[in-house]
This record gives sequence, C-alpha cells and structure tokens, in this order.
Amino acid sequence: MDTKLKRKLKENITGFLLLLPSLIFMVGFTVLPVFKSFYLSFTKYTLGMKKPLWSGFSNYISLFKSEIFWKVMYNTIFFSVITVVPCMVLGLTLAFLVNRKSKSVSILRTVYFYPVVMPMIAVASIWMFIYMGKNGLLDQWLSALGMKPLNVLSNKNTVLPFMAIMYVWKESGYLMIFFLAGLQGISEDLFESARIDGAGFWVMLKNITLPLLKPTMIFVSTIALTNCFKLVDHIVIMTEGAPNNGSTLLLYYIYQQGFTNFNYGRSSALTVIMLFLLLFVSLPRFFRQDKKAFYN
Amino acid sequence: MNIIEKGKNSIITVLAFIIAIIWLIPLIWMVGTAFTEPSFSMSLFPKTPFTLKNIIYVWNAVPFKIYYINTLILVTITFIIQVFTSTMAAYALAVMELKWAKYVFIIIFMQIIIPNDVLITPNFMTLKDLSLINTKLGIMIPFLGTAFGIFLLRQHFKTIPKSLAEAARIDGANTWQIIWKIYMPCAKPAYLSFGVVSVSYHWNNYLWPLIVTNSVQNRTLTVGLALFAKSKEATMQWANVSAATFIIIFPLIVIFFILQKRFINSFISSGIKE
Repeated sequence: MDTKLKRKLKENITGFLLLLPSLIFMVGFTVLPVFKSFYLSFTKYTLGMKKPLWSGFSNYISLFKSEIFWKVMYNTIFFSVITVVPCMVLGLTLAFLVNRKSKSVSILRTVYFYPVVMPMIAVASIWMFIYMGKNGLLDQWLSALGMKPLNVLSNKNTVLPFMAIMYVWKESGYLMIFFLAGLQGISEDLFESARIDGAGFWVMLKNITLPLLKPTMIFVSTIALTNCFKLVDHIVIMTEGAPNNGSTLLLYYIYQQGFTNFNYGRSSALTVIMLFLLLFVSLPRFFRQDKKAFYN
Repeated sequence: MNIIEKGKNSIITVLAFIIAIIWLIPLIWMVGTAFTEPSFSMSLFPKTPFTLKNIIYVWNAVPFKIYYINTLILVTITFIIQVFTSTMAAYALAVMELKWAKYVFIIIFMQIIIPNDVLITPNFMTLKDLSLINTKLGIMIPFLGTAFGIFLLRQHFKTIPKSLAEAARIDGANTWQIIWKIYMPCAKPAYLSFGVVSVSYHWNNYLWPLIVTNSVQNRTLTVGLALFAKSKEATMQWANVSAATFIIIFPLIVIFFILQKRFINSFISSGIKE
C-alpha cells in the first residue's frame, strides 16, 4: 500500500514537471492576461501613466455612450453574418464538388485550398488592387462594360460586403476540408439504400447528409466565427477603418485604442467584450464535441 | 451509369472548374503583374513582356533578406520549442494518471477558445515588464506553450499501446527515453501535421509581430510587406507591390503545391488553426 502511494506520488510529480513548461507559457500568456484584461478594464490607464488608476465602470460607460463603439459592434456582427453563412454554404458545396471519384479532384482541392495558405496581408494587398478606385481591376471591368466605377473601398455601403467577398474566397477552402472529412464519414450504404427507394439529391441532402453532418456543422461554425472575429490584417492594408469607421471591426478597434491611442483601459474593456463574444460562440462546441474528444 | 447521370456528372465537373478558375484569378493576376513592366492601367493578362525588374527592384529597395532570415529563425525556433513543450505535456496527459489533469484541460480549453490575437493588450504589457519589446523572443513567447500541439499529440499518443512503454521500462528505460525513443517516432505523422500548421501560422502571422517589433532587425516578412504596400512609393506601383507579395508568398505556395496532399490532410487532422 505504501509503495503504491509512493509510486502514485512519483508519477504525479513527474507528470507535472513534464507539464510545467507548457503551463508556464499557457498561464502566462492566456490565463493571466484574461484576468489582467478584466482588471485593466476597470481602470484608467493611458500613455505616460505609471500605474493604472481604478475607475470603476467608466471605460464601459464611455464605450456604451460612444457612437463608434456601436458602429464597430454592428460592423463586427454584420461582417460575421455575411461571411460565415456564405463561407459555410460554399465550403459545403466545394466539399461536394471534390468528394467524387475523378482524376481532377486533387487539382480542384489544391486550387480551392491555396488561399488558406497565403498570409492575409498578401491576400489583402492583391485584392486592394482589384478593389481600388478607377485603376483597380474591378472598376476597369465595370467601365469596360459601360458602367460607372464603384470605388468599393471608399463607400460605406460597399466596403464590408466587398471585404466579405475577399474573405469568403480565402476561407471557404478551409471549411471545405472539414465538410469533406464529415462527408467521408457518412456510410455509402445509406445513400445506396435511399437511392433504391427513389430519393433524389435534395431529399438525401435534407434527410441524410445534413442531419449526419450536424456535429461537423457545429464545429465548423465555431471555427468560422472565431476566425472571423480575429480578422484584422486586411483592414490595416486596405482601409485602416475608413470610410468613417465603416470597416472597423472589433479586433482592429482594440488594436487602435491600445496601440494608436494608447488607451489601455479602454482597449482592455473592449478585450473583455471580445472574450464574452468568443465564449458565447464557443459554448455549443464545448458542450457537444470536444468534451467527448477530451475525456475519451 | 446512365446518360442522365453522366450528364449530371459533367455539369458538376464544369461547375467545379469554373469555380477553380475564379479561385485562381487573383494569383494569376498577381504573378502576372509581378513579372511584367509597370503600367498605369491594370489588366488580367499581361500586355508587356516578361521582366525580372520589379522583383530585383523590390528586393533591393526593401530589406527583404533580413525579413526572410528573421521569419525563418522565428518559425523554426518556435516550432522546435513547441515540439519539446507539447510533447512532454501530451505524454503526461495521455499516458500518466494525474490528479489535477482536469484543471490542466481547462487551461488548454481556454487557449483553444481564445486566440492569442485577442489578448494583444495585456500580453504587450507582460512583454514590457519582461523587457522583451522589439526582440525575437518577444514575438515567439506567447506561442511557446501550445494547447493545439498538446491536444493533437495527445490524441496520437493515446493510440500507441502502453505495453510498448512497459516493455521499455522493464528493459530499464526512463520516462525521458520512453518519450524520445518510443512515443515521438511513433507519432511522426502528428508532428508533420503540427509542423505544417505551426509553420504556416507563424509565417503568416502579422498583428503580433507588428506590435512587438519596431526595427528592421526584428521585423518579419508580413510586417515588411505591409509597410511596403502602405508606403507612398508603392501606392501607385502595383507591379512593385505584386512583386513584394510574390516574394513573401513564394516559398509557402510552392511547398504547398508540391505537398498539397500532406498539407490538406494535416489541416483535416489538426482541426484547428492555432
């Protein structure tokens, strides 16, 4: 009994020594920063101040009163809706297109997926020249067709939708991969017997494919939303938030408040809001999928 | 296959290729522009003959050599340290019975849910306290403990039969030897996946290196490209910006087109970007 206890203790000590390096970094740069953000969000802390000063809810109050904040929140939610839904529909469509027995499939997968491998900074600098006013590719095509140039990046009504098109182009191939894995997990027999019963494509999609893809859907929608919330690089390149904060998203606003205006308190309050948003988005995934993966 | 199905199939193939062409347009156009003479009107297909002038000009005008070396150093060292830290953690969580493992999982979960990009403000302050602003270590440090790596490796380690480790232990091997001589070699595919995801993430990362660095000596390729693309000399010179873009995506894209199967599979098995 005593030796068994000793062995257990030894195993636990070795185990935690092995975990220690990872834990130091994970706690230092994820766990503590979360608490730090909470604390700083209740303080006044700007450039030149030696120490943060407790200020209660003032950061939150001033944010909730500011028009820009609500605009940014609206932009963030609007942008995620107009990207996540099309990304998922297109991702699933692409997965169908490459989930066949055909020689071309491997080429198609490569072509659909390559934008994922490119840095967003590079993607944005390519697309900036497509979208740029007058000399941009898009406006040139429009004028060749006899239409007026749109100058999409300087118009508050078009800037987000057109950035969304770029993002859907970049991200769909990534979501395709998960749908492809999901589709390949569905037994071919099910489709076979449905086909014998005379079911067509849409019936099978509605009654077999989509219900069986539900866990994949939840997983993919979480990834898509999280990725979308942390999107920021393209704004730096393309608009810097213009026109009139029409393209500012939450993470860019955090960056701006913290690193251009040096208002760390306000930036932390925005971080806390972002954390809640992420938590809210990740909850379904936490309860459904990964728990199984973790504890099995 | 009857005629209707054949017809359907060819319609699908045509559709698939139309989408593929749309997907390729930005790349073709960027490469085309990078290798033709600068002109004020842009066109999808190059009007002027092939030239290396833009590439040479940009390569000399911007310290891309330093950016390349920095990026390579960062990507390599980050990955090597990640391999060490996450292998040890994954082994502890997959093989050993630890009392507080549950709490470790909560921390892992937190890091999976909260991307590092969100915590820029508090992390920047930590960096300041540690005097790591404008250092390479500062760029790497938040990523050295990786929940994603631990999770991925742990899933693989769990598939390795414990009897293998027990046999080694009877032969006198210690924990260290068991990890490096049995578990690591057995999980090669997992390390490959992990490497692909880690390298492409850090090669492409922008916001954090931007915040941490303020000198040429430590800047990465993405930060260099963004600076160049936004600079006055570049705003009207898409040939040069395309050339710069080409320079920074070239290695990753070439490796991707060669190893596309590996890449895609590793993204499937990894499930999450960091």
